[in-house]
This record gives sequence, structure tokens and C-alpha cells, in this order.
Amino acid sequence: MPDRNMSFPLSRRQVVRGLLATSAFGLTAKFGTGCSQPTPTGTGDNKAGGKDYVVGFIYVGPKDDFGYNQAHAEGAAAMAKNVPGLKLVEEASVPETTAVAETMRNMIQQDGAKALFPTSFGYFDPYILEMAKEFPDVQFFHAGGLYQDGVHPKNISSYFGYIDEAQYVAGVVAGHTSKSGKLGFVAAKPIPQLLRNVNSFTLGARSVNPKITTQVIFTGDWSVPVKEAEATNSMVDQGVDVITCHVDSPKVVMETAEKRGIFCSGYHANQSSLAPKGYLTGAEWDWSSIYTSLGKQLIAGKSIAKGDIPHILRGGLADNFCKLSPFGPAVSAAAKADAEKALAGIKSGQLTIYKGPLKTNTGKLILPAGKDLKITDIELEKMDYLIEGVKGSVK
Amino acid sequence: MATEALGWWGVPLAIIAGTLRGSVPFLFVSLGECLTEKSGKINLGLEGTLRLGAMSAYGVSYLCAQVLGVGLAPWLGVLMAGIAGMGLGLIHGWLSQQRRVNDVAVGIAMIIFGSGIANFLGKPFIQPQAPQLATLDVANWSSLPQVQAAFKISPLFLLGVALVPVLDWFFKSTRWGLYVRAVGDSPQAAKAMGISIVKVRLASIVMGSFLAGLGGAALSLYYPGLWTERISSGQGLMAVALVIFARWQPWQCLWASLLFGGAQALGPAFQSVGIDSYYYLFNATPYILTLVIMIFTCSPQRTLAGAPGALGKED
Amino acid sequence: MVHQSWQRSLESVLIPCLAVLAALVLFGGFCALAGANPLEVYAAIYKAAFGSWNAWQNTLIRASPLMLTGLCTALPARLGLVIIGNEGALVFGALLAVLVGLACGSGLPGGLVIGLMALASLLAGGLWIMVVGALRHYRGVNETISSLLMNYLAIALMNHLVEGPLRDPNFVTKPSSYEIAQTAWLGALPGSRIHFGLIYGALACLIAYFLIQRTTFGFATRSTGENIRAARMAGLPVGQLTLAICFLGGSCAGLAGMVEIAAVQRRLNESIVSNYGYAGVLVAFVSRHNPLAMVLVSVLLGGILASGGILQRSLNLPDATVLVFQGIVFLCVLYSDSLYGRLFSGFFKKIDYKSVAIHRAR
Repeated sequence: MPDRNMSFPLSRRQVVRGLLATSAFGLTAKFGTGCSQPTPTGTGDNKAGGKDYVVGFIYVGPKDDFGYNQAHAEGAAAMAKNVPGLKLVEEASVPETTAVAETMRNMIQQDGAKALFPTSFGYFDPYILEMAKEFPDVQFFHAGGLYQDGVHPKNISSYFGYIDEAQYVAGVVAGHTSKSGKLGFVAAKPIPQLLRNVNSFTLGARSVNPKITTQVIFTGDWSVPVKEAEATNSMVDQGVDVITCHVDSPKVVMETAEKRGIFCSGYHANQSSLAPKGYLTGAEWDWSSIYTSLGKQLIAGKSIAKGDIPHILRGGLADNFCKLSPFGPAVSAAAKADAEKALAGIKSGQLTIYKGPLKTNTGKLILPAGKDLKITDIELEKMDYLIEGVKGSVK
Repeated sequence: MATEALGWWGVPLAIIAGTLRGSVPFLFVSLGECLTEKSGKINLGLEGTLRLGAMSAYGVSYLCAQVLGVGLAPWLGVLMAGIAGMGLGLIHGWLSQQRRVNDVAVGIAMIIFGSGIANFLGKPFIQPQAPQLATLDVANWSSLPQVQAAFKISPLFLLGVALVPVLDWFFKSTRWGLYVRAVGDSPQAAKAMGISIVKVRLASIVMGSFLAGLGGAALSLYYPGLWTERISSGQGLMAVALVIFARWQPWQCLWASLLFGGAQALGPAFQSVGIDSYYYLFNATPYILTLVIMIFTCSPQRTLAGAPGALGKED
Repeated sequence: MVHQSWQRSLESVLIPCLAVLAALVLFGGFCALAGANPLEVYAAIYKAAFGSWNAWQNTLIRASPLMLTGLCTALPARLGLVIIGNEGALVFGALLAVLVGLACGSGLPGGLVIGLMALASLLAGGLWIMVVGALRHYRGVNETISSLLMNYLAIALMNHLVEGPLRDPNFVTKPSSYEIAQTAWLGALPGSRIHFGLIYGALACLIAYFLIQRTTFGFATRSTGENIRAARMAGLPVGQLTLAICFLGGSCAGLAGMVEIAAVQRRLNESIVSNYGYAGVLVAFVSRHNPLAMVLVSVLLGGILASGGILQRSLNLPDATVLVFQGIVFLCVLYSDSLYGRLFSGFFKKIDYKSVAIHRAR
């Protein structure tokens, strides 16, 4: 094929050398320009234009999962809407690996974010802790973590809602509604936040009828629809007639419960449209109000490190961290009355959920009679037991 | 209608019910994979096909509910799921037959691609409720609501079961079935017979993906009956193992699918009667079971009975 | 013959470039359909993946586990085995590394603990995949399927242990093992935030390359991979080779697990399962099981992963976009393999090679 060589007068060696040279140049040029930049520290550069206050939100799953992530994303959207001068950057489906550290870094350095809200539990240790150390001028807000004074960097605030208060009230409603005296709880993994929900739901129900039990089934993961449906079905087969859950997307549990003709109690968001007959009430997050108030404080120049914003930010029904879904049609007048009473008691601080005598379901005494644990007690954030009346084990 | 506890009887009932409910996607995907593998190619990408099928079925059912009514819309969804599956199958069938291209690698790339498309297009369908396929309630004679609920059988299940003898007959007694087997067993001989290997394999993979798409529709329109990005937790990948488990025979695909569907119910059913440790290990039973059975039934001296000769070999 | 060999070298540069280019065009079309400007998308991807030293670090951090997990498929593939058990080997390696790390505590010097953890993970991952090889050789069990099943087994075992005996009750955000001592943490390369895993990965690829291409063992492996009957007849110890190559491949994936623990996560939990394994399978196939090419392909995939964020943040594309992008790139690159030896006889007959070559080199 001589004509082919004709159209290609360069020798092979020249071509290869040229290719290597150009690509090597490209590489070194990139490295070179990168290195010559000053190492960015603090709040990063001025690419944001210096006008808007940039806030970054990071979610572990899709923003529209009809559950945990969506609740946060809606709160973030409300914050951006209600606080003028605040700009939102978001990234979804960020796994709890180096990926989240890189995302935080990019939000700070490229987007100029001055405050970050990485919303998944697992982002906290080690990723947020490290980033907070590296960027002391950026404010880090984490949902669900536990800030330890003196151990963790000063620019971290961990916030979370005592949604177990709402679960307690939902438990009261469930206790009134259940005929079989058996409640069901579809759970993902035995972490303290989740165990608090199981226990307070049970305590709420047992405040109405001390004989009530709650069956808990762990699916082992935050989102496994087939297992969640299977767990719901098998509990219904065992006579459970009110079911609630703590998984990332409660839709499947609600729909399955409705199909089986039993009652359900929602979680994360209002799912009443999924179960028009059986939906009793639900424990919902109310991030909009919290995020809006935090956004206003941030715009006003308040900071965690200076102590304007507390390191541990917690609140329950009274502080609008969470709320209850409106009662469904199946809720009786008596149940409503008791639920309202419990709600008022919790809001005013008269009603304590965790009070002695309180035993675990293995018979260990947690609280002797006369003692109680306030909802704010840090001890509760390390909960590793199921109380008497819950069927299941955390190993 | 007093709901009574079934106690320990709940375990076998849950397994039977779980079998009827959970086996449908397994059945379709494994029949599809069976057809594909019979022609001598593996399609690991059926996991992606399953997801795209689930999304398409749910989306179409939701969007057409107004026009077609709640009875017909899901069926159009089922059809669309199959067509979407065929689209992915076309890519896989064409790509995996290129020179030097490995079908396992294409399969994994297709999982990523299929899930990507499904997640991308499926965003608007996570929240709304789409009309579901009507079920055949065959146990309304029973006074126990648990039994009634357990035997709400999906028409897709019956369709899948009906497909089993059809596929069996297809392989054994039809000219086209013979072509597929010939291409899968000894491509050289098939070529000598004047059969186009490329066309037969493409057709097998596309039809296999059609079936897998229907399996996806079973996930989103029957059980668990919704669209989320995590709807399939590996059922598509498992089906590949399941076909080997079933020795490439449609009837055995049916039994194996029933077994795997039932095994899914094992973990939750045991927890509901108080056996609550080791649930991760219970959830892994289908995988362990398959592995153990493969270890005991395989032999190094001969290939597995029924194994397509050209499977896993580069041409 | 002379120009055939330059054709081959030119092809090996041109084909992957063309494949990536084609993928970019397809993805650009996809983005245009989704309402984003393709040019903006390209600029954003470049900026996020390779546009600055900062972006390069991001890319390299994401690339380093892929080099190691890729070897788990690439090495056995040279013997003709298709193994996709990378995820399982990684998890099992991480599990053993954590066990050893915790057993050592903080009493021993850090370097020693790191060495022991690495050794444990190498052994664990290696044995994990060696089981697959043994099942293949002695029982004739299909290695692709058995390794796939063993992934689920490893993950179930890990989850069971971190929720049971290994669980640290004071770590509240998710069920996790105790943390390994700070002395045993794997640091970053000087002047960067890239952890030592990158060096481990690149070194492992280099060693693997020499092992396969330059040693008798490698030759025997390749011969067996090409024709197992001939290898048997030539008296090659096929069984031993199978076990050895599976062990080596698995040990690399195991080491990836140890690096992930020691350099990033510091304790074991479900986050260890983050698709490094399956991505590694693709890296291996895309680089045609050539360990040196794997380094480049890992960096490419690292870049794609690194650009996932900016597509969401700057262009408002949904999170699934990066999955679509990955899928398109892999399909294009896999397809491009079939073009070797056909490029010049087929499409490019009438094209001026000089301009093509120089254009692509830029």
C-alpha cells in the first residue's frame, strides 16, 4: 500500500515522539498551573461573585426519594426561597466515601460555599471532621451527628430533631386504633436514632394500653423495597394491625399496609395520599422552618465558631423541628383527644417520654422508678436497647 | 374479619406468599437469560433492563391512566417495559458480538447505562401512584385474611408460568429453537448449516431482554408495586446465577425462581416470629444456596448437562 | 510489514481517543436533549476532572482503588478466567485488615501495624478469590457466577459482624466497627491530599505488568489463557497456575479494601461497599487486561466520577446523569476494541492521516 505512506510523510518515530511530547506537555502544564496557584484556604476564592451567601447541601440519595433526602431538599429549597441573598448549591447521591469529602471541598473552593449541610448520618466521622479542620472559616451543619466539645473542630454544629416526640404521639394514636394490640415497625438498621423511634412509638402506645407490643423487623438496609414489603406482609400475617417504619422511603410500607387493609403511621413526610383509608398520622420533619431560621442567622453574619449558633442544635415538636401529619379518617375521637393531650404535654414540657421504671425487653433495668430522662439527654443519643414491649433484638 | 395471629404457621405461609409475589421478576428474568444463554451469550445487563423496565412500566401506566383507564394503562406499561428492554437488548446483542468484545464486560456497562437512563427519566414517577395490575384473588373462599392476601396472584405470574412450557416446546420442537441451540452449542456446525449466528444471537438477546423488561414491570406494577431507584436489589444479576442453577431448562427456571422468591421472604418471616439474629445471613441464603448447589452438582470432568457449548467462549 | 506496525501503534492511540470522543459527542447529544448546552457540559467536565491541580487530586483519589480492584479481574483474565468477585475480595480484605488493625491496637509502631494490615488484606483477598479458582479447577464451577455470589456473601458477613461482635457502641451514626489506632492511618502524599493508595495501585499495576509480560510464570499464564488444552499437553501445572493467579488478583482487591480503611474510613461499615469492585471489572476489560493501560483507564474513570458533582451543581442536571455518562463511555470504549486492525482498512481509507493524527494528538 504505497499510496498510504505517501499521504503520511512523517516517520512513525516522529509521530510517536510528537504524541508523547504534546500529551506530556499537556499534563505538566496542568500540574504546573495547578501548583502555581496558592493553596486555597479558608472560604475559598471569590468565584461566587461575593454577593450571594452560598450554602451547600449534600444528600446521600436522590433528592426526590419521597423520604429522608426529600425532606431535607424541600427544607433547603424553602431556605433559599425565604432568605434573600442566599444561594443554594446541591449535590445528590453522594456516597459516604472520599466522594463526599471531595464534594465538600469543591463546594467550598469552586462554588464559594460558606456554609455546608451534609445531611447523611455517615458523613460526619471522618469526612466532616476533617474538612472542618481544614476549612475553619466554613460553617458545617450536620444532621444527626453528636458534637463533642473539645474533641471536634469549633466550626461544626450538629442539629437534629427529637422526632421520637412525634413518634410518641403517633404511638398514642396507634395504641387507640389497634384492635389486636400488636403494632409493627419496619426498621433499617439498629442505630440510636432509629431505636429511639421504635421505643417512643411503643411507649406512646403503651400509655394507652399497657399490653400492647411492637414487632420490629430489621431489613438491614436503608432502601430495599422488596424486603420492606415482605416485612410488612409478614407482620400483617402475624396479626399486626398498625404499622410504621424508619427507612429512607416509606412509600412501599404505606402502600403495602393499605393493600392489606391495616392502619399505618407515616415517617419523614406526609404520606396520607398513599393510604387514604388507613393513614392515621405520621412523624414528619419540618426542616423548612429550621433551615430558614439558620439561613437568616448566617446571612446576618452569625457563626458557630464565635458561639452565635450553638454546637448542638436540637429541638422537638415545640421548636418546629418536627410535626405530626393531620389525623386520618380512621382516628377515633378518643384517640384524637389523647393525642392532642400528649402533644400539648410534650410541647409544654409536662410530659416526659422516657421515665422510670423502664426496662429493656431483655429485662435489664434502664431507669428505676421515679427517675427519668429528659428528651434532651445526651444519654438517649447512645440508645442501644429495645424497651419492654418491643419484640425484636439489636444483638 | 378478625385478624388473628398465625404464629409459626406464618412462616410457611409467608414463604408461600413470598414465593408467589417475589418470584415473578426472577421468573421472567431467568427465562430471558435462559434464552440468551442458550444462544451462547451471557447478558449480565439484565439488571439494568429490569430497572428500565420497571421505570417504563410505572411511568407509562401513570401517564396513560387518564386516557386508557386504570384497567388498561398498566398493561400498556407492561408492553412498554418489554419494548424498553428490547432497546437495551439490541445494544447488548449488537455490541457483545463484535470482535474482541466480552459479553460480561458489556453486561456490566449495560447495568450502569440502563440504570442511568432509568434513574434519569424516572425522577417524575417516584412520588405519584400509578394504577397497578389487577390481581386474581383465588383464595377468597378462605376465612383467613392472611390466606386471602397470600393468594392474590398476578396475571404476570400466570403469564410467566404459561411461558415455561412454551419456551420448553420452543427449544425442543421448533426449527427456531433448534437454531438457537445449534448456535449456542456449536457455532461452527451452525454456520455450516447456513444459520446466521449473529442474527440468531441478536434475536435471542433481544427477546430475552423483552422478557426481562416484563420482569421489571412485575416489580413496579405488582410487587412491591412502586418505582424507586433501588427497586431492584440485584434480582437481575441473580437471575444469571439462577439459570445455571436451573441448567438452562425452562421448567427448572420456574422451580428455581419460586425457590429464590421464597427465600427473599425468609429473613423477615423469621424475624416476625422471634428469630431475630443473623438476618443479614438469612437474607444471603439464596446466594449461599446457589453456591452450595453449584459446588455439589458441577464436575471438572464434563461440562454441566445442558450447558451451551459456546457459552463464555470468545468466537 | 513496517507500516503495519506503525498502524498498530497509531491505532492503539487513536482508537481509545476516538472512542472517548464518540462518547463525548453522544453524551453531549444526551445533555442537549436534557436541556443543557453540550459545550458547557464539556467545559465543566474538563474543569472538574483535569482542569487544575485540585481537580487532578480529586480524579487521582477516585482512581486509586480502581487500579487495585481492576487487577482482580485483569490477572485471572490472562488465564482465561472471567472473575467479577472484586467487591467481595475488597470487603473481605478490609474486614481482615480491620481485625488485625484492632488486634494490634496502638501499642505497636504505626508502620508495623500498617504492614500487618496490608499483609492480612493481601492474604484475605487472595484466599477469597483463590476459593473461586479452586472451585473452578477442582469442581468445574463457573468462576464468573461463583465470584458474583461470593460478593453477596462477603457483604452479608461484613454487615453481620459490624452490627454484632465488632460494633462500636459509641459510634452512633451507623453500625460500624471500632476505629483503628491513629498511628495506623495511612497518610497523604507530601504536598497533596492524595493518599498512598495511589502509589500502591500504580506499583501493583507495574509489578503485575512485569509479572505477566516478563516472567516465566506470566508466560505460562498467558499460554494457558490462550489454549488450555495445549498448556495441559505441554505439561504446564494448570491447577497451580489457576490458584496462584486467582490469589494474586484477589490480593490486589483485598489491598484496596485495606487502603480504603487505613487511608479513608478508619473503621469498617457498609460504606466499604461503594462499587469500587464492579467499576474495577470494567476498568480491567476496557484496558484489555493490560495492567499499564489500567492505570490510564482508572484515571479516566476517576475523572468521570470526579465530574459527577459539577454536572449537578453548575448545570442542574440530575444525579443520574453521571451514570449515563459512565455507561456511554464504557460502551463506546468496549466497542472500539473491535476496531483494532480494521480502522485503516475501513473507515479511514480516504482520510489524510497526518491531519487526523495531529488533530487527535492535541
